Amino acid sequence: MFPRLVYESFRRQTRRKLLAGVAITLGVAVATAMIAVATDIGDKINRELRSYGANLVVTPQEDTLDVEIGGVNLKPPSDGAFLNEADLPKIRGTFWHHNIVGFSPMLPVPVKLGSGPGAKDATLIGTYFNKPLNYGKEDFTTGVKITHPWWKVEGKCGDGRLARPGRVEDSPTNCGWPDDNSQSILLGERLAAKLAKKPGDTLEVSGRTLTVSGVLSTGGAEDDQTVAPLALAQEILGKPGAVRRVYVSALTKPQDALAVRDPKTMTPEVYDRWYCSPYVQSIAYQLQEAIPHSHAEQIRQVAQNEGTVLARIKGLMLLVTLAALFASALAVSAAMATAIFERRREVGLMKALGAGNVAVAAIFFVEAMLLALIGGVAGFTAGSLLARQIGRSIFNSQISIEPVLFPIILAIAVFVTFAGSAAAIRRAVKFDPVFALRGEA
Amino acid sequence: MSTAPGTMHTPKQVAERRAQSPHTSMFVRMLIRAAVLRRGRAASALLAMVVAAAVATAMMNLYVDVQAKLRTEFRNYGANVVLVAKEGQMLPADVLTRIESALGPKTLAVPFSYAVARTKNGQSVVVVGTEFSRARQLNHWWNVTRWPAAQNDALVGMRAAAAVTPERQPFELSFQGRTIEVVPAGLLQTGAGEDSRIYLDQSTFQAWTGVAPTTIEIAVNGTAEEVEQSMRRLASALPTVEIRPVRQIMEGEANVLNKTRATLYAAATLIVLTSALCVLATLIGWVFDRRRDFAIMKALGASERLVNGFFAAEAAAMGVIGAILGFVIGIGVAAWIGRVNFHAPVVPRFSVFPYVLAGSIAVALISAVLPIGLLRRVQPAIILRGE
Repeated sequence: MFPRLVYESFRRQTRRKLLAGVAITLGVAVATAMIAVATDIGDKINRELRSYGANLVVTPQEDTLDVEIGGVNLKPPSDGAFLNEADLPKIRGTFWHHNIVGFSPMLPVPVKLGSGPGAKDATLIGTYFNKPLNYGKEDFTTGVKITHPWWKVEGKCGDGRLARPGRVEDSPTNCGWPDDNSQSILLGERLAAKLAKKPGDTLEVSGRTLTVSGVLSTGGAEDDQTVAPLALAQEILGKPGAVRRVYVSALTKPQDALAVRDPKTMTPEVYDRWYCSPYVQSIAYQLQEAIPHSHAEQIRQVAQNEGTVLARIKGLMLLVTLAALFASALAVSAAMATAIFERRREVGLMKALGAGNVAVAAIFFVEAMLLALIGGVAGFTAGSLLARQIGRSIFNSQISIEPVLFPIILAIAVFVTFAGSAAAIRRAVKFDPVFALRGEA
Repeated sequence: MSTAPGTMHTPKQVAERRAQSPHTSMFVRMLIRAAVLRRGRAASALLAMVVAAAVATAMMNLYVDVQAKLRTEFRNYGANVVLVAKEGQMLPADVLTRIESALGPKTLAVPFSYAVARTKNGQSVVVVGTEFSRARQLNHWWNVTRWPAAQNDALVGMRAAAAVTPERQPFELSFQGRTIEVVPAGLLQTGAGEDSRIYLDQSTFQAWTGVAPTTIEIAVNGTAEEVEQSMRRLASALPTVEIRPVRQIMEGEANVLNKTRATLYAAATLIVLTSALCVLATLIGWVFDRRRDFAIMKALGASERLVNGFFAAEAAAMGVIGAILGFVIGIGVAAWIGRVNFHAPVVPRFSVFPYVLAGSIAVALISAVLPIGLLRRVQPAIILRGE
């Protein structure tokens, strides 16, 4: 009898059930989407914060002092220590290699631009642009295109190929990047203006004739410098394999009390926890382990601030998610209350025929649960799609939805539906059947 | 409306009284009695309205204010505009006052002057003159053990300290034959070029080397357009200097801010829609529930217009009350979120109120008109019979 009552109720009152079901579906969809976005926003914003550039720098341990003003290095070129380029792929072998977005080696070399008495002193920086490397079985590319996303290059697309609009790698501003094995260089925009050189011209650099593939604009010291592939800079300096410093861009966890402790004073358990958390300090420590004779340090301007910004945005999204959960819980319970309130006469009839309060409440609760389950599944699916859409349109990447979210969402849906119905069911059960049937409740 | 016995009882008097206030008093009375008699249902409908208006107000307030809040966070990244003397020229002596008059007195502008000095054992080191009080405000990320206070106190970068004064003893620096003895008052750690430098107070530095500031770092507040405008104002106030935006800072900020704003926008839209839906469901239920009132009014001869007007007025009143209460609560919620998350209250934006009010009334009207449209087709007798 009981299943039949429930079944008939769904069959005969499709419209009302549909309304409540739609409310639950929408509420659950919004809740799912917001939870998915809020749990993933930290990671997404962390990646966006990488557009501030590298947050770690690796230098030789026994280095002499840098004597540098406004990008002009006054230190004798072969003075001080170097890192070995061959050690760099080992960065990919550290514990937190998945968090390392990219790295770029830098080798400043003082050069003479032009020939004869008109030659001009300038700094040439050797680096990776988008260099393919491999560590073990893993192939990857890295370079300033990843670690210094604000560097813009203007150049000609060499082979006369048309830049296809909409594709980043083919846009005109991306054509001027030199190849990492080439003999081409980039000229900083102020330097290019001073020398009156444009992309495609040739330039004599310390006795070699090199092609200017593009003009670089960074808004920093590089605007007065030239940038070349690392191998070329090493050749000019006469020190194969030498690297002055390496900039590393890593996804980090906001710093807390544990992060700033000295690893030497930690107990083994605390040390393990510290080592296995992606703090900027522990990643620096691991970089030092990976690269021999190196000293890794956080770039505080970037590293210190991203923690605060990240914490603020995450906190904001958490509070907004709470607001969304609250609003959808309210919508679901309002719809349920309305749906039950409309069925007073049914309750009156059932009670007049001898049904007890428990039996009536049971019918309503079972119906509510069925609605919640159906609405929950539909809402979860819709919410996942919504979250993916948000991820794709805002962050250009997937928002991953943890499978563990599904039972949680379903449980929340059932709970909220129950809680929303409870008051209405209690009132419906308490009606005097006589009044309810006469329609006077 | 109870009238004292013995007064105004003749039909003529009654007719006169009614002529003075035709129908309106009855209309208002119906509205009020409807709300009072069914307190429970009216209250729950109003509650839904209030909550929805509050959530909408809080979200709109946050959306407008969060950008300003985040911008102040982003200013912790330091200067976003740099002033440099053109090659072979000096910065004008009154450059700081000119910047302040162009951008307002609260602008944070920090002068820097550079020289390469030698230590006693012949090591070259970059010495920088600056104003510590300003640099401290601009560069929050500088990790400083102690800020210098006295004249010859220096702030020594970590690496410079290791090379120049490992024992943290006062040391000598010479520049073009002139020497100065400085006290390493504090250590500076940044992880960047600053670590290899020694910072001195600008006046001490200038008295020693004679070098005036060559670079001024400025933190300009505001949106990208406002920063652009500020740069143009600077350019017209100081035609002889070069003004460069720090692209690393500006683009990073724009990037993160845009993404956050878009996410918040999506979230706010979803939340406002959900709460509007909640109101719609509750109010439709409320109006539907009163189909007997509707039927009685029609059976007693009320015109279609009157009935529609009655329900619409009721819904509109609910919308207005809900919007006002909700707005006040929403402002409180937004202020609380601001305090919890940004440690600064969100300023109430009264410009949001018209939108909340219009939205509330619109939703209330829709939810009144929809069921009425359905009921109109039904004979009053059928409704009254309870079918």
